[in-house]
Amino acid sequence: MVNFLAAWNGETEMVEDLRLTLEEVSFEVGSKKLIDRLSLIVEGGPPTVVMGPNGAGKSLLLRLCHGLLRPTSGRIIWNIGASNDVRRAQAMVFQRPVMLRRSVAANVDYALRMSGMRERKARRERVAWALEQAGLTALAGRSARVLSGGEQQRLALARAWALQPQVLFLDEPAANLDPAATRACEDMIHTIDAAGTKIVMTTHDLGQAKRLASEVLFLHQGRLAEQTAACFFFKQPQSQPAAAFLEGKLYL
Amino acid sequence: MHDLSTAFVTAFQLILSLDANLLEIVGLSLRISLTAVLLAALVALPLGAAVALFRFPGRTVLVAVLNSLMGLPPVVVGLLVYLLLSRAGPLGELGLLFTPTAMVIAQTILVAPIIAALTRQTVADLNEEYAEQLGSLNVGPGRAIWTLLWEGRFSLLTAVLAGFGRASAEVGAVIIVGGNINHVTRVMTTTIALETSKGDLALALGLGIILLLLVLGINSTALAVQNTARRLYG
Repeated sequence: MVNFLAAWNGETEMVEDLRLTLEEVSFEVGSKKLIDRLSLIVEGGPPTVVMGPNGAGKSLLLRLCHGLLRPTSGRIIWNIGASNDVRRAQAMVFQRPVMLRRSVAANVDYALRMSGMRERKARRERVAWALEQAGLTALAGRSARVLSGGEQQRLALARAWALQPQVLFLDEPAANLDPAATRACEDMIHTIDAAGTKIVMTTHDLGQAKRLASEVLFLHQGRLAEQTAACFFFKQPQSQPAAAFLEGKLYL
Repeated sequence: MHDLSTAFVTAFQLILSLDANLLEIVGLSLRISLTAVLLAALVALPLGAAVALFRFPGRTVLVAVLNSLMGLPPVVVGLLVYLLLSRAGPLGELGLLFTPTAMVIAQTILVAPIIAALTRQTVADLNEEYAEQLGSLNVGPGRAIWTLLWEGRFSLLTAVLAGFGRASAEVGAVIIVGGNINHVTRVMTTTIALETSKGDLALALGLGIILLLLVLGINSTALAVQNTARRLYG
C-alpha cells in the first residue's frame, strides 16, 4: 500500500524533509497568554503526541500549527520539501467529527473537490480507496450523520487521509469513543503513520500516548515543559509537571 | 346569524363546485406569490448566507437593518413600488402599474428581507459548527456560502415557506400596486377585502377558507419535511 501511495505522491521520502518550526509563538486572548513563547521543532517520521493537563494549550497548539488560528506573536515555519503548498500538505481531524449532511462517500468527495481535485474519475477512485481503509465501504451510500460515533471518526480520518497530507493533525481523536471504537481508530492511525504521513496528535489518555507516541511534547500552562522521545518520557520525564502528570498527581 | 350560515354554505358550494371565478382568483394569487418567493429566494438565500459568513465594516448595522426589514409594512412597500411605477415615477415608462408584474415586484421586495434574515441566522448557527472543519479543508467564505446553504437546506425551506406565507396573506401591497381589477389583478386577499366591504360574504368566506387551508398545508409540509430530514440525515 505504501507503493500505492508513492504512486500518487511520487515522493514518499519527501516526508523525511518535513520540518515544522515554531519560533517564540504566543497566542493571547485579551490579556491572557494561552500559549506562551513556544519554540520547538517537529520533524517528519513516527507520531508526535502532545500531552498535558486540561488548559495546557494542546488543542490551541494544533490549531496554530494548522493555520486555523494566527499566533499573536512569533513565527511558524514549514519546510515541506519539494512541494510548496503548505495548506495542501496538512489536514486535521477534530475531537468531534463534523460530517456534512450528505452520504459517506460524498463527504470524502467534497474534501477532494475543495482540495482542487477536478477529475471525477480520480476522485471516485480515491473515495473508494479511503473508505476501504476505514472499513466503511459498505456504508458508502449512507448518510454520514447517522453513523455511530466510532464510524464517524473513522470517516473523518478517511476524509483527511484521502487528501494525502504530509502532516495529519489529530485533536483528541478518540476522546468520545468506547474501547472498541478507540481500537479501530488507533489501528487506522497506525496505518496512516506506516504509510508515511506524519501524525501530530493530542491526547489526555496515557495508555493511548504510550501505544502511539514516538515522541512526546509535554505542555504546561501554555509553555513547553519538555520534548522527549517516548521511550524515555514514560520512564524518566525530564520536567516536574510531566513527572507529576505521569504519577497521577495534581500539579498546579 | 342566518346570513352567516347561508354565507358558509354558499362558500363551500363555491369551493366544491370549483367555481370558475374563484379558481381564477386563487390561480392568480398562487402565480404571483410563488413567482415573488422564487425571485426573492434567488437573491435572499445567497445574500443572507454572505452576510453570515463575510466579515466587513458595517456588518452589524446591516444585520440590524435586515432584521427590521422583516417587519416591513406591506402598505409602505406598496406605496414605494407605486411611486416607482406610476406615470411620473422613474420606472413609469414601463407601464407596469396595475399589472400582475407590479404585484410580483412588490411582494418580492416584501419577502426578500424575511428570507435573507432567516437565512443569515440559520447559516450563522451552522457556521459555528462547521467553521473549523471548512477552514481545515481550505473552503473560503465564497465557497462556504453554497456549502452551508446546502447543509441548511431543510431549515431554509422553512424560511422560504415563511416568505410564501407572508406573500400570499398580505393585502396592503398588492391592493395598492395591483388596483384589485377584476380578472386582471384580483387576488384572494384583495377580493376578500372588497367582497367583505360590499357585504357579499360568500365569496370572501370561500377564499378565506382556502387561504387558511393553504397556510395550514404549508406549515404541515414544512414540519413533515424537517422531521423526515432529521431522521434521514441526522
